[in-house]
Amino acid sequence: MTEPAYLPFPPGSQPPYAVPSYGSTARRAPHQPLVAVVPTIERAGPVFSPDQMAGIDERSGVAGGGASDGVAGGAGVLPRGLDLSRDAVGEAIGERIIVAGRVTDEADRPVAGAMIEIWQANAAGRYHHDRDTHDAPLDPHFRGAGRVFTDSDGHYRFVSIKPGAYPWRNHANAWRPNHIHFSLFGASWGARLVTQMYFPGDPLLAIDPIYQAIPDPDARERLVAAFDLALTRPEWALGYRFDLVLRGLHATPFEGARR
Amino acid sequence: MNEKTSATTSAKMRPVTASQTIGPFWHALAEPALADLTRTGAAGPRLALAGRVLDGDGTPVTDACIEIWQATPAASPVFSGWGRCATDAHGEFAFTTLTPDAGAPYLAVAIFARGLVKPLWTRVYFADPGDPLLAALPAARRQTLLARPEEAGWRWDIRLQGDGETVFLAM
Repeated sequence: MTEPAYLPFPPGSQPPYAVPSYGSTARRAPHQPLVAVVPTIERAGPVFSPDQMAGIDERSGVAGGGASDGVAGGAGVLPRGLDLSRDAVGEAIGERIIVAGRVTDEADRPVAGAMIEIWQANAAGRYHHDRDTHDAPLDPHFRGAGRVFTDSDGHYRFVSIKPGAYPWRNHANAWRPNHIHFSLFGASWGARLVTQMYFPGDPLLAIDPIYQAIPDPDARERLVAAFDLALTRPEWALGYRFDLVLRGLHATPFEGARR
Repeated sequence: MNEKTSATTSAKMRPVTASQTIGPFWHALAEPALADLTRTGAAGPRLALAGRVLDGDGTPVTDACIEIWQATPAASPVFSGWGRCATDAHGEFAFTTLTPDAGAPYLAVAIFARGLVKPLWTRVYFADPGDPLLAALPAARRQTLLARPEEAGWRWDIRLQGDGETVFLAM
């Protein structure tokens, strides 16, 4: 009986550390090869709850929302849970969006109770952040950070504003594609994932060094949310579906990986 | 969320979602209280861990997110075992937590930052318990995973690249 372990990543499905076209990797990517380790305490991980994080978020201005059990995406049903598109005073400027999806592991088992942290620029492409110097307006009703948990079947959902593209100084005339940052805690420490969700049809994807750092085109495309008419709420907001897969612990190696 | 396993030999497998950088603007999630794992009333011997993150030029990394996870003492309503700290203008981070048990006297560490398109995984040890990971490393590299005691607590610097590069792990 072998100890449960993580499956190797399929070739090309994850970016390398050193990405020549992404300047910040030059002095931050390790030069030494990674050392393979048999996970021990990494096979467990922190367990979070909305109640536990509520006090933290009250101090830091992160919007909270619980699991969105059983909320249909169609007409007439108000999304429950996390809503970044408004604060207590008023509505943020921009294109309102509904983002929903499912979090599973490689074997398609739902990850229940996964904590998802999201943050993003406002509709004008500006972060609510001291170090963001982009000459674009801040939105007094948009902070752009929130926390949501998956339900018992791995589903999550939140409402936000479509983030704008913004310039960065990586190279001449460099612009990040529209994106929402995602941070996920799964069932174990090794399942931890930080990634970005992109939008379909964005012309900047083809020339974005961070997105293009992922060698496998299919793996890249899985970071692009799908427009979903069924999730779209008439007269209110477009829906985008974005599913995520976290590493799981597996009793036996994936047979396909040995072929 | 219990550890689940299954014999997944024939089912169609889905590739794990690709990682992307945390970027420079993640600090809405950097609530300072998260660096004190004892804040919710945990009792027991305290451990203070501080250090600096340096890049390949020895320049402090001032926008990193350092996270720690420890499996002991066991998680409870007053001790989650997890902490997060943003590096400051000097590249410094500092955690206060409970001392992990002798059976696994180390913390799991993940480093996220602009310029890291995927996290760096490592561990920090406070003694060499005859651990298989440490035993397999050349002495000079082993040192990079050992915090050193100082008056105010434990000190452990993280070097992302170059001389004295910290050992980073693949799981």
